[in-house]
Amino acid sequence: MNELNVTLKVWRQEGPDAPGRFDTISAPGVNDEMSFLEMLDLVNERLINEGQDAIAFDHDCREGICGTCSLMINGQAHGPQKGTATCQLHMRKFSNGDEIVIEPWRATAFPVIKDLMVDRSAFDRIVEAGGFITAETGGASDANLTPIPKPVADSAMDAAACIGCGACVAACPNSAAQLFTAAKVGHLNLMPQGQPERYRRVEAMVDTMEDFFGSCTNHGECEEACPKEISIDFIALMNKDYLASKFKNRRLTARS
Amino acid sequence: MAMTLDAKIPDGPIGEKWTNYQFARKLVNPANRRKYDIIIVGTGLAGGAAAATLGEQGYNVKAFTFHDSPRRAHSIAAQGGINAAKNYKGDGDSVFRLFYDTVKGGDFRSREANVHRLAEESVRIIDQMTAQGVPFAREYGGLLDNRSFGGAQVSRTFYARGQTGQQLLLGVYQQLERQVGLGRVQLHNRSELVDVVVVDGQAAGIVVRDLLTGEITSHSAHAVVLATGGYSNAFFLSTNAMACNVTAAWRAHRKGAAFANPCYTQIHPTCIPQSDDFQSKLTLMSESLRNDGRIWAPTDPDETRSADQIPEDHRDYYLERRYPSFGNLAPRDIASRAAKVVVDEGRGVGPLKNGVYLDFADAIGRLGEDTITERYGNLFEMYERITDESPYQVPMRIYPAVHYTMGGLWVDYELMTTVPGLYAAGEANFSDHGANRLGASALMQGLADGYFVLPNTISNYLAPQLGTQPVPTGHAEFRAAEEAARERFDGYLAIGGTQSPDAFHMKLGRIMWDYCGMERTREGLEKALAEIPALHEEFRKDLRVTGNGRSVNQTLEKAGRVDDFFELAQVMCLDALTREESCGGHFRGEHQTNEGEAERDDDHFAHVAAWEWTGDPSAPTRHTEALEFDNVHLAVRSYK
Repeated sequence: MNELNVTLKVWRQEGPDAPGRFDTISAPGVNDEMSFLEMLDLVNERLINEGQDAIAFDHDCREGICGTCSLMINGQAHGPQKGTATCQLHMRKFSNGDEIVIEPWRATAFPVIKDLMVDRSAFDRIVEAGGFITAETGGASDANLTPIPKPVADSAMDAAACIGCGACVAACPNSAAQLFTAAKVGHLNLMPQGQPERYRRVEAMVDTMEDFFGSCTNHGECEEACPKEISIDFIALMNKDYLASKFKNRRLTARS
Repeated sequence: MAMTLDAKIPDGPIGEKWTNYQFARKLVNPANRRKYDIIIVGTGLAGGAAAATLGEQGYNVKAFTFHDSPRRAHSIAAQGGINAAKNYKGDGDSVFRLFYDTVKGGDFRSREANVHRLAEESVRIIDQMTAQGVPFAREYGGLLDNRSFGGAQVSRTFYARGQTGQQLLLGVYQQLERQVGLGRVQLHNRSELVDVVVVDGQAAGIVVRDLLTGEITSHSAHAVVLATGGYSNAFFLSTNAMACNVTAAWRAHRKGAAFANPCYTQIHPTCIPQSDDFQSKLTLMSESLRNDGRIWAPTDPDETRSADQIPEDHRDYYLERRYPSFGNLAPRDIASRAAKVVVDEGRGVGPLKNGVYLDFADAIGRLGEDTITERYGNLFEMYERITDESPYQVPMRIYPAVHYTMGGLWVDYELMTTVPGLYAAGEANFSDHGANRLGASALMQGLADGYFVLPNTISNYLAPQLGTQPVPTGHAEFRAAEEAARERFDGYLAIGGTQSPDAFHMKLGRIMWDYCGMERTREGLEKALAEIPALHEEFRKDLRVTGNGRSVNQTLEKAGRVDDFFELAQVMCLDALTREESCGGHFRGEHQTNEGEAERDDDHFAHVAAWEWTGDPSAPTRHTEALEFDNVHLAVRSYK
C-alpha cells in the first residue's frame, strides 16, 4: 500500500448552458489501493468539508458492468488501462506527483449536464429504433427448439457484452457511434431469432444513429477505448447488412 | 384501521393453484386496456419486464427510473445465472424439485403457493428470454448449457458467461425501448420517487423529483407498481450498486404498506475482502465459481507460507469437511457463516487476515486453463483488476458481504401490498425466498414477477374500475405530498452542519454490520436500537449538504436516501430482535445447536412478520401471517 499525492485538473460546469472551466484540485494522501472513483469520493468528501460543491459524475455499480461511469482521463476514455471501465481503474496505475486531467465525454450528441455528467439518451433512441427482437410476452416456443451453433452464440455474446458507456463515441475523432450500434446489430443479427427483422433493424438503427452522431472513417479508436474490447469487425458486419438492407427492404416494398 | 394480512392464496392442490387463479381472475378486454394508466417505478428485471408486457397488452404505462437509462438498473450486475426447472440435463429436475429446493433453501419461511408458481413460470422465462435473443451459453450441439449452483443437486442454472444479469436486463430493456418507440410506455428517466400518494385508502399515484432540475411533480394512475430493488445498502458496504436505496419502499411503508421480514438479509459468501477503510463498495465473485473452486483456510492460525507452499495436510477444506454431500456448493447462508467461523478463529488469509481461499489449482489441473478461462475468464480478470493478483496463479481471497435482501414490502399472492392498488415486484417485495435466497433465483423471481405474475394479477384489481379516471394530480393529497417533499429537500440544505451524508451512512453501516450482520444477539441488537436513533438525531442536526436544490446535486440525493435508511435500520433490528430463532440469513447467537448450526423454532416463528408504520420509527406494530406447509415437510435443513 502506497500513498500518492496527485493534482487533478477537473472540468467544472454548472449546467448545460453555463460556460465550463478547469479547476485545479490537489489530492494528497491517496491510497493506491483505491479505485479511481473512490479517489474522487475522497476529493468530494474534502470539498464538502470545505463547504464547496461536490464534483458531479455518473457512476453506479462500480463493477464495470452497468456502463454508467465515464470520464476522459488524461485524454483517454476510461483512462490508461486497456479493457477497463473507469470504476475498475485503480490508483496503482498512477504515480506520485502525477497531474490527472479529468473531462466529461466530449461529443455533440452527449451534451454536458453538469461537471463530468453527460446525457447519453441518444443511445436509447438508437435501440428504440430497432435494437430488439420482437417477441411479445407469452408466445415463445421451447428454448431448445432452435439449436444455435456455439460459435454463433459466442460471437453474438462478444457483441452483446457492450455496456453502453459511450467511450467509443468519446474516443472517436468524428464522435461516431458505429461501434455501439454495430455491437447491438451484431448481437441480434447473428442470432437465428433475429433474422426476421434483420434488414429492417439495421436500416432503422443506422439511420437513427446518423441523426445524432458523426460518420465513421475507420480510425479504430473506438475498439482501443472500449472497456469490453468489442471488435470493430462488427462494424464491417453492420455495414454489409446495411448495404444489403437498401436492396432487400426496397425489394420487399416493391412486392407488397 | 386494523391491518389484515390476507395472502389470498387460491384454493386447490399446489400444482393447480396458479392455473385456477388465472382462470378465476377478472380480465380487462383488449379494447378497454388503453383506458387504464399504470405507473411502474424502477426499470430493472421486474419493473422493466412488467412495463414492457403491460404496454404490449395495451395499457398506458408510465415508467420511472432514477438512472439515465433503464439499462443501468442493478439487475445488470448479476453474474452467475438463472434457475429454471427445464430438466434439459435429464438429471431428475422438475417443477416440484425446484419448488422443494427453494422452500428448503429459504429455511421454510416462504409461502408454498408463491414458490410453486415461481417454479412453474421459471420454464417460460427461459423460453421468453431465448426468443428475445439473449445469448445464453450453449453446447457444441447448439442446445442450451447448464451449470450447478448452491443448494441444488441438479444442474438447472442457465447462464451467459459471467454476465447473465446483464444479458437478461438488456433483453428486458430492449423490449421496453420497443414499447417506448411505439408510444405505449412513457419513460421518465433521472426521476426519483419521493412519495407515494394514497387517496381514500387506495394508491393514487406518486410524487417524483427530477434529478436534473430538482423539480417536484405528481403523477397519478389506476395502479402503482414499485419494482425498486432491495435495501442492502443500509449496511453502507454491500455488493449493491451505489445508488440502490430503500426510499421508494420506505415511502410506501410510511403510507400504509406493511414491511415484511426486514431482518432477512443475505450475506453472500464469495466477495472480495475489504482492503481498507475508504472502500465504497464490495465486489461479488459469482457463486458459479464454487462449481470448480475449492474453499479452504490454513489449519494453523499462525500460518505464514504463501498458499501454494501450504501442504494438503495443513489445509482445511472446511465446507467439504462439514457438509460432504453439498461440499463447496452449500447454500449461501451456510457457506458464509462457515467462513466467519474460520476467520473468527484467526485462520483468515490475506494482509488483514479477513478472507479465505477459493482455489482453482485442482480445476486447472483437471480441465486445463482454457476451460477455466472459458467459464470464468471475465471474473478472473475482474478479480485481478481489483486486487492485482491473478487467480490462475494464486487462489482468490474471498469473504462474505451483504448482497441481497429477502425482506421487503409485504405482498399477497397477487403481489399487492397492504395498500389496495399498490404492488411490489422483484427484490422490493418479500415474497418468494423465505429466510435465504438460493443462487440464481433472484433473476428468476424478478422476471417471473414482471413478465408472468403481475401482468396476470393486476387486471383483477383494474377490471372493476372501468370507466373511472385516475385521481387528478391537483388533489389535496398530491399537493400536500409535493409540499412535504419540497420541505424535506430544502430542509437538508438548510441544516448547515458539519458532516456529509456519506459520513453518516458509513457510521450507520458500521452499526448494522456489527450488530445486525452475520450473527445477531439480543445484546447487540439492543445496543444498535439505542445507537441508531441517536445517530439519526445527530444527522438531523449536523448534516451538511453543499450546493443547491435546483440542479444536479448528488449530495442532496444521497441525504434523502440515508435519512430513510435510518428509519429502516430500526425496524430491521427490531425484527431481528423479536425473531427469537435462527433461520436462513438470520442467525441469532442464542439459537444454535452444539455444532453451531442454525436452530429454527417452528412452533413460535413459522410465520411472516409484517411491520406497520405508526409514525414512530422506533415503535412500529408487528403483525404476523402464519405459514402453512402442506407439501413440504418441515425439517431441519441438512446439507451434510
